[in-house]
Amino acid sequence: MKTNKLGGAVMVLLLSAAISLFSCSDDEDPIVITDPVWVTDAENLKDIAGFYVLNQGNFGNNNCTFDRFVYRSGAYENNVFLHANPSAVMGLGDTGNDVHVFDGKLYVAVNGSNLVTVADVYTARKIADIDVPNCRYFANDGRYVYVSSYVGQAGADPTDRHGVVMRIDPRTCTVTDTCEVGYQPEQMAVAEGKLYVANSGGYRAMYGGDYDNTVSVIDLSTFTLKCTIEVAVNLFGMQYDSRRNQIFVSSQGNYMDIPSTISIIDPVTDRVKGVIDEACTNMAVCGNSLYMYCTEWNYVANSYTNTFAIYDIDRNEIVSDKFITDGTDSEIQCPYGISINPENGDIVISDARDYVSPGRVYCYNSQGVRRWMAVTGVIPSAIAFIPGK
Amino acid sequence: MYNQSFHPSWVLYAFMSVCLWSLQVGISGVCAQEVGMTDSVYAIPEVSVLSDRAKDIVPAQSLTGERLQSLNSFSVADAIRYFSGVQIKDYGGVGGLKTVDIRSMGTHHMGVFYDGIQLGNAQNGQIDLGRFSLDNIEEISLYNGQKSGIFQPARDYGSSGTVYLRSRRPKFDEGKDFNLKATFRTGSFGLVNPSLLWEQRLSDDVSLSVNAEYTAADGKYRFRYRKVFADGSVAWDTTATRQNGDVHALRLEGGLSGRIYDGYWNARLYFYDSEKGIPGAIVNNVWKRSQRQWDRNFFSQGTFRKSFGGYDFMVNAKFAHDYMHYLNPDTTQFYIDNRFWQNEVYVSLANHYAITQDWDVALSADWQYNWLDASLVDFVNPHRTTLLVATASTYTIGRFRAMASMLGTYVDDSRRMSRYTPAFFLSYKPLAGRHTDELSIRAFYKKIFRLPTFNDLYYTDVGNINLRPEYTIQYDLGMQYTRPFSSRWLSRIDAKVDVYYNNVTDKIIAVPKGNGQYRWMMMNLGEVRIYGVDLNVNAQWQFSPSLALGIGAAYTYQKAQDYSDPSDNHPKVGTYRGQIAYIPWHNGSLTANLIYGYWGLNYSFSYVGERYHTSANTPENYEKPWYTHDMGITRSFTVGNMRLKGALEINNLLDRQYEVVLNYPMPGRNYKVKLTLEM
Repeated sequence: MKTNKLGGAVMVLLLSAAISLFSCSDDEDPIVITDPVWVTDAENLKDIAGFYVLNQGNFGNNNCTFDRFVYRSGAYENNVFLHANPSAVMGLGDTGNDVHVFDGKLYVAVNGSNLVTVADVYTARKIADIDVPNCRYFANDGRYVYVSSYVGQAGADPTDRHGVVMRIDPRTCTVTDTCEVGYQPEQMAVAEGKLYVANSGGYRAMYGGDYDNTVSVIDLSTFTLKCTIEVAVNLFGMQYDSRRNQIFVSSQGNYMDIPSTISIIDPVTDRVKGVIDEACTNMAVCGNSLYMYCTEWNYVANSYTNTFAIYDIDRNEIVSDKFITDGTDSEIQCPYGISINPENGDIVISDARDYVSPGRVYCYNSQGVRRWMAVTGVIPSAIAFIPGK
Repeated sequence: MYNQSFHPSWVLYAFMSVCLWSLQVGISGVCAQEVGMTDSVYAIPEVSVLSDRAKDIVPAQSLTGERLQSLNSFSVADAIRYFSGVQIKDYGGVGGLKTVDIRSMGTHHMGVFYDGIQLGNAQNGQIDLGRFSLDNIEEISLYNGQKSGIFQPARDYGSSGTVYLRSRRPKFDEGKDFNLKATFRTGSFGLVNPSLLWEQRLSDDVSLSVNAEYTAADGKYRFRYRKVFADGSVAWDTTATRQNGDVHALRLEGGLSGRIYDGYWNARLYFYDSEKGIPGAIVNNVWKRSQRQWDRNFFSQGTFRKSFGGYDFMVNAKFAHDYMHYLNPDTTQFYIDNRFWQNEVYVSLANHYAITQDWDVALSADWQYNWLDASLVDFVNPHRTTLLVATASTYTIGRFRAMASMLGTYVDDSRRMSRYTPAFFLSYKPLAGRHTDELSIRAFYKKIFRLPTFNDLYYTDVGNINLRPEYTIQYDLGMQYTRPFSSRWLSRIDAKVDVYYNNVTDKIIAVPKGNGQYRWMMMNLGEVRIYGVDLNVNAQWQFSPSLALGIGAAYTYQKAQDYSDPSDNHPKVGTYRGQIAYIPWHNGSLTANLIYGYWGLNYSFSYVGERYHTSANTPENYEKPWYTHDMGITRSFTVGNMRLKGALEINNLLDRQYEVVLNYPMPGRNYKVKLTLEM
């Protein structure tokens, strides 16, 4: 009898647990809206309203986002695209690579989604999606927007595939022409009616071939390849210096015996006119200063060494090996993007930290003293300034 | 010399305790039917007498026989989720990768043994338990720490947690020389799954078993993504079909097993050949992937075991060859067409000696050689020699039992290293008299590590040859209450609870590598601390000779915090002390099994609570809870000397849309029909 009671009690307990489990319902998946964070005092600039920071997100996580800082309010807003386009199916997409502002529009290269997403630069409302497989970086010549892509026509060997540059008509948001370039094209710059494309050959090196070592030069009047310039292996960054009409292109080296360097191309002669023997992960030009940072892993200390240097373009030398002057550079774990506000000289640096958790963006004044910082999405990288209205 | 084991009464006692023990072990069977299945002359050779004396101090959680078959589970991974303390990482679908994480220490710390010998993967350390169908599996057991018996190969001491898969052993009814079993499964996802088992008695002591299984599925299923605004109105809602999840697999197994005087032996061949699509993550504008994978696994293994009074020895040997071909033909991505060949040779000798009736000692030595070849450029063709030596002892004083073991690991690959790792187990039965076996209190401590995989060490660009082993330290305290009743109603109750603390140090994680874009490197930089509670309750009722009910419930609480980077301590987005990726605070399961004559009704529920997909516990990284209800109904028939069984299964009854892994949607409601013929 006692056993019967115990058995009954246990059964009632377990069955009622089962029933309560059956009736629980929590199927809704709400959109996460986050409030802007005031990170600094409001300020009015004449030409610059603010900037966008692209967060690449992780491959396969579909968590590419972009954030926006607005000088007039001093507010930093995460997840701007989601807030402006909550009904966009699957959001912005997977693994962003670049943001670019041109003629009232924001262009986002969403690499893992094979899309260039075009949005209004002020409202961030989506205007169009353009299919661009494995899209990388943007440039514009005042008329068109150009986007580099790893995906050109393949030959018989599927690993032997050149990259292309696609020309986007900003009025129709369509690709109007394509020009084949080198292997795995990255950043680009426009000078003298020509588009300069840094070819890395990163994939080709992983197949066991050589890194590419060329810059492809496209004549923009015909959108055809004009010539290729041999520069250095594994080219990546490109910056146009309008004061001296020259192009800086960075080589990442081969991560082994060939070190990273910066080469200077003369767009009049299309020749390399100089090499700066400084390791450079990323760079930005402002006036006569080339800001650059370099990240190196120290096997002994099990940590990074980040250097933040300024190269004086006129004097052809490094004038500062520490453009962050307030000692806060040690807080930057993995710098991943740099841009200089052309109006007030603010230095904006994104920090990808561990590539997995939320990153940071730091704003320094032109003297290298930190003004503010903000928490970003995952892997903040490219930064694009928003012109004032 | 100590030879009491030959005394008839001792044999009888040991036989009884084996039966009792097999009942005690975890979620065991429901009714007399099942006991009938395991109770046969062949299943309990005399040598079990001795194995009982070296038996586990902390019993396993296990699923056997009918109970295992009634769980609507297709693969071993589907069944393991009903254990407490485990998380299944399930990428969805029939062919999808499924790995097991025990007590949040990471999938690499889980050892998986097939018929007593560990399945290895020196390349990436990953054992896909979705690959092992339940067709030929008779028992799945899960041990925390290690199997706390001492008569075992040294490799059994070498993991933080262990799953033992035991394939069906031939058993013949009186006057029968063969068994034939044919099974056919079909249902959702275009599943076609025939299998055939033939068991032949070759002599009184030797039997043969041959098993073939073919699995084909298109892997297609509908899934739905839906987002709502805070007010509940729909922001967007989309439905699509899962693509590229097809699988074609053939499994062939053959085994010979035999009895000898005071011992047994077996030899087994295993062959698995599959081609499958890798469905990949669903992201914006990419609804279909094109990656494919071919696997061909072969192994041959054998065991020989014999007793000489108080001394037992066991030899195990294995050769495994695994071929894997991965193709990424997606023109928008990095083209990959890689082939890997890995091999393993393994030999083990285990010895056990009973010094007195209360004191046992054991010594085991295993030698293992692994090598890997790949079609990659500049591949280093890694190889590794591992020597494992384990010594262990158990001692019983009254109602106390204690076990201590020490494992020495000597590795020679690019470098040489040696490590010594101990484990201690203790159990106490506080009740005296006839209730002694009802209540036990147990505790264990174990320190062990996992070696860096060949990928961790050598993978192009990412690998780091300076990696050290990744350590886990476990402390566990638990108790178990088991009581069979002779009355007709509640026939048995079993409840256990464990609290534990684990510490994972030198955890191998991928970290950014400077000097270039998005480059990674493997480093020993992680640390995780895990506080957990596992709870299990099982009860059985025998209402009448033909009506029986079994209910099992499992619950796990885990606080698994990331202590890797103390500087990453931002109050909202910091990873420091954040709950680690994909570990829910709460998860649990409930299973019920009702048998009425030839009818069977099964129900199972599994729940995984809220969690985050990284240890930055932000709203963006939040993963909502999910749960599924599965139902099944079975009917048995007897036609002449044939036994037929039909089963209809409905899984995810409420058509719940959920994900275990971010952007890998799981199937909604799905069906399966299973027909079995035995003669």
